[in-house]
Amino acid sequence: MIRIEHISKEYRRIQALDDINLFFSRGQAVSLIGPNGSGKTTLIKCILGLVLPDHGRIFVHTQPIETSPAYRNQIGYMPQIGRYPDQMKVGQLFKLLKDLRHSDPAKLDYELYEEFNLSNLFESRMHTLSGGTRQKVSAALAFLFNPEILILDEPTAGLDPLSSELLKKKIIVEKEKNKLVLITSHILSDLEDLCTHVVYLQEGKLIFYKDLPTLQQETREQKLSRAIAHFMKKNNPIAPLN
Amino acid sequence: MLRLPRYIIYDILRNKIILAYTLLLFLISTGLFQLEENNDKALLGLLSVVLIVVPLVSLIFTTIHYYNSYEFMELLLSQPQSRWSILLSEYSGVAVSLLVAYGTGVGLPLLIYSPGPTGFYLLLAGLLLSLIFCSLAFLIAVLSRDKAKGIGIALLLWFYFALIYDGVLLLLLFSLSDYPLEKLTFLFSALNPIDLGRIFVMLKMDIGALMGYTGAVYKNFLGKETGILFTCLVNLVWVIVPLLLAKKIFNKKDM
Repeated sequence: MIRIEHISKEYRRIQALDDINLFFSRGQAVSLIGPNGSGKTTLIKCILGLVLPDHGRIFVHTQPIETSPAYRNQIGYMPQIGRYPDQMKVGQLFKLLKDLRHSDPAKLDYELYEEFNLSNLFESRMHTLSGGTRQKVSAALAFLFNPEILILDEPTAGLDPLSSELLKKKIIVEKEKNKLVLITSHILSDLEDLCTHVVYLQEGKLIFYKDLPTLQQETREQKLSRAIAHFMKKNNPIAPLN
Repeated sequence: MLRLPRYIIYDILRNKIILAYTLLLFLISTGLFQLEENNDKALLGLLSVVLIVVPLVSLIFTTIHYYNSYEFMELLLSQPQSRWSILLSEYSGVAVSLLVAYGTGVGLPLLIYSPGPTGFYLLLAGLLLSLIFCSLAFLIAVLSRDKAKGIGIALLLWFYFALIYDGVLLLLLFSLSDYPLEKLTFLFSALNPIDLGRIFVMLKMDIGALMGYTGAVYKNFLGKETGILFTCLVNLVWVIVPLLLAKKIFNKKDM
């Protein structure tokens, strides 16, 4: 579904991504894990076309992404920080995005929107919302268009435990619908119940890309956090895991 | 396509800053017309205020607005929209807001106190300046990722166009006064939209003494009408070229 071929990106002499090759297919929930500055967000932004790689190509459904922005119709993106125009109302934001995507109203997915009770905030202006509430808005927007690919950058950061659980449940439901979910997070316990595959990046390099059972088997650890720690200790004894 | 600019305009017009700008222009304009018996003198006073205030506010407001919308633009760019359509929407949103503010703040008093061709030219000059400095601000903002740096460059640019340029030009004309400089003067004045705006209105007013050196050259070489047309066209170039440069950079920019 997404094929990444030899992607490299240099930012101010720092190698943010170094010859990354990956293939993601339907029904996978892939966790992108790595220390701060390991290139997770850059990789996500490359897929979204927000960052243009120096080398390499990315294909979504065999279509190279640089040919047309239309491929983003199939992607729902939840950014790490959601900031919206101050005076815009929540309702207006939803209406605007619906207009931009020319979506079929029958296909819209309001489940998260309703579970987060966003309809109560329909008339609220964006600058009156707390950081966590804005995260809920971002999450509901990412799922709204029922996209085949979901890209979530630190989705649970800033959410209260209840909302975080609701979001996780929703992610699992969507994965079961044979969609592709890409998640970055530092909270490994959150990812544990969600993901089927793990991508580990460090200093822009792909360290490994394995499915969860293989990882558990190789490390003889059941918990994802332990398995990752085990793997890192073996490969790089001083690598910090934050 | 037109949805997005509409939302941006709505957001900006609800923002108190642009209302304050409108009110400021309105108060200055009516104040000048009330204080000054002679309409032409009032227009001249208004012209010098417009030439200073409009570029400054357009530059700074647009630059800050761009940086504040950065994350929102990121979200918009993750939708199936081309980069150019997002940039153009942002531009038209900000530009229309600035035009509305200027059109109301200066246009209304002009209509009341001094309806006529000269007032119309003053209005047009200010509208063009708003667009030009909005374009320049977009160019600055896409060039620099850092907000403080971007606003700093915008301020420097304003200093240059509003203050330093005249001094440099004067110095140059004095030190090279032995040579025929008329053709060079065309070039120099075309390099400063604020000077062009001034010449544009002055040619219409036909006040020789206040036209300045560049204005006089325009009048002598091109005549009144051609001079006005020429300044207008060069101003349009000043609107379009920075915006197209901004487009080119924005298309290759990493967000």
